[in-house]
Amino acid sequence: MRSIHRLYLAVLALWPPLSANADTIKVAVAANFAPTLNELVAEFEKSSGHIVDVSSASSGKIYAQIINGAPYHAFFSADQTTPEKLESAGKAVPGSRLTYAIGALALWSAKPDFIDAQLRILKNGQFNKIALANPKLAPYGSAAVEVLEKLDLLTATQAKWVQGENIAQAYQFVFTGNADLGFIALSQIMQKGEITGGSYWLVPADLHTPILQDAQILLPGKNSVVTQQLVEFIKSDLAKAIIQSHGYQTVDKP
Amino acid sequence: MFSDADIATIVLTLKLATIVTVLLLLIGTPIALWLARTRSWLKGPVSAIVAMPLVLPPTVLGFYLLVAMGPEGFVGKFTESIGLGTLPFTFWGLVVASVFYSMPFVVQPIHNAIEAIGTRPLEAAATLRAGPIDRFFSVVLPLAKPGFLTAAILGFAHTVGEFGVVLMIGGNIPGETRVVSVQIYDYVEALEYANAHRLAGALVMFSFATLLCLYLVHGRSALRRTRITND
Repeated sequence: MRSIHRLYLAVLALWPPLSANADTIKVAVAANFAPTLNELVAEFEKSSGHIVDVSSASSGKIYAQIINGAPYHAFFSADQTTPEKLESAGKAVPGSRLTYAIGALALWSAKPDFIDAQLRILKNGQFNKIALANPKLAPYGSAAVEVLEKLDLLTATQAKWVQGENIAQAYQFVFTGNADLGFIALSQIMQKGEITGGSYWLVPADLHTPILQDAQILLPGKNSVVTQQLVEFIKSDLAKAIIQSHGYQTVDKP
Repeated sequence: MFSDADIATIVLTLKLATIVTVLLLLIGTPIALWLARTRSWLKGPVSAIVAMPLVLPPTVLGFYLLVAMGPEGFVGKFTESIGLGTLPFTFWGLVVASVFYSMPFVVQPIHNAIEAIGTRPLEAAATLRAGPIDRFFSVVLPLAKPGFLTAAILGFAHTVGEFGVVLMIGGNIPGETRVVSVQIYDYVEALEYANAHRLAGALVMFSFATLLCLYLVHGRSALRRTRITND
C-alpha cells in the first residue's frame, strides 16, 4: 500500500506543472499560416492557461489525415474548398466555418530595385524564370495565374514558369536566386508589418479572386470549450492585429 | 487508362532513369575499383561522401543542391562560367542531382563484388601479361557481373522512385522535370485520389517487377553479398 502511495507521489511530481483546469487541444494548420498561428497560440495560451498543440502541413495532407481519423480539434486551412469538403464528408462541425484571414499576393524578387511599379521587367520578359505555387494545389498559385491573365502576360510568360508544390517552395526558388522573381504570399516577406528585403509589387486585390482562408471546428472538438474559446479569440481585435501584422487582411464579420 | 500528361511523366521518368543509370555505371565503376584496391587514407573519406545521400533526407539534400546549383552557389557559378547557365529547373539538372543521389546504390554493390574476387585472379592474369584494361574486361567484369547487375537495377529503380530531390530542384515543368513521383504527389495534394491510385499502382507493379528481376537474374547468394536497403 505504501509503495502505491509513493508511486502516486512520484507521478504527481513528474506531472507537467499545469494549472488545475488546463486542457490541451490539437490544431492543424496550413503551412503558410503556421508562423502566424504560433504567435496567436502563444497569446491565447498566455491569457487562457490552456495548451494548443499545433501541427502544420499542406491543406491537402491535413485533409487526408482528418479523413483517416486524425484527432485534431480544429483546422486552419489555406483555402475554402478543403473545409467545405471536410464538412460535407461529415468530419467537421456543420456551420463552424469562418474566414480568419484573406491572403495578399505579391510579386517579389530577392534583388533590390528589380521590380518597379510599371512592372517593366515582367512585361519585357527580362527575367530567367518566374516562380509560382502550383495553381492546381495552392490558392496563391491560381491567383497568380489570374493576375497574369488580367495583365495579358499568360502566354508570354508560360515558358518561364517554375512551379513550387506550395507557396513556401515558390518563395525558396526566388530566395535562392534560381528564379529572378515570383508570385508569393505577402505574409512570407512581411515581419511585424515590415517588408524583409528585395523588391516587390503588391498585387491589387481586384486582379484576382480573393484568397479566403477558412477555419473550422472538427468533430473531436465538438464539445470542447477550449476549442470554442480559441475560435472566439481568433475573432478578437488583438488576434486580428497579429494576423494583419503578418501581411494578411481580416474580415469584419468572419 | 492514363492521360497524356501521365504518359509524358512516365516517358520522362524512364528517360531520366536510363541516362542516370548509364552515367552512374560509367562514373561509379572507377570509384568502386579504386575503393576496392586502394590503401590510401582517402578511402574512408571517399566512401563516406559516396554514402552520404543515404543519410540526408532527400528534401534537405534537394534544398542544398538548389542553393549550390543556383546563381549564387559554387556549382551554379561554375556552370554559368562555362556557358551552361544554371541547372535547377532543367532535365540535366535532375540528371546531375540523381547521379549524386543514387551513387551509393551503384558504387557499393560493385565495390563489394570486386572485393569478393580478391587479388589472386588478377595476379594470375597479370602473369599472363594481361594489361589493366584487359584484366578489367576479361577478369573483373565477368566475375563481378552480379554486382554490376545489382548496381544497374538498384540505380535505375532508385532514380524512378526519387521524389524529394526532384521536388526541390525541378520546378514541376511538364516534359522537363515533372516525373511520375511528383505527378502522384500532385494528385494526392489535389485530392484526386483515383488518379493517384492508378499511377501509384503502376509504380508498385513496376518496382515489384524490377526487384523480382533482381532476384531471378542472379539468385540469392549475390544478393546476400550486396545487401542494400532501398529507402
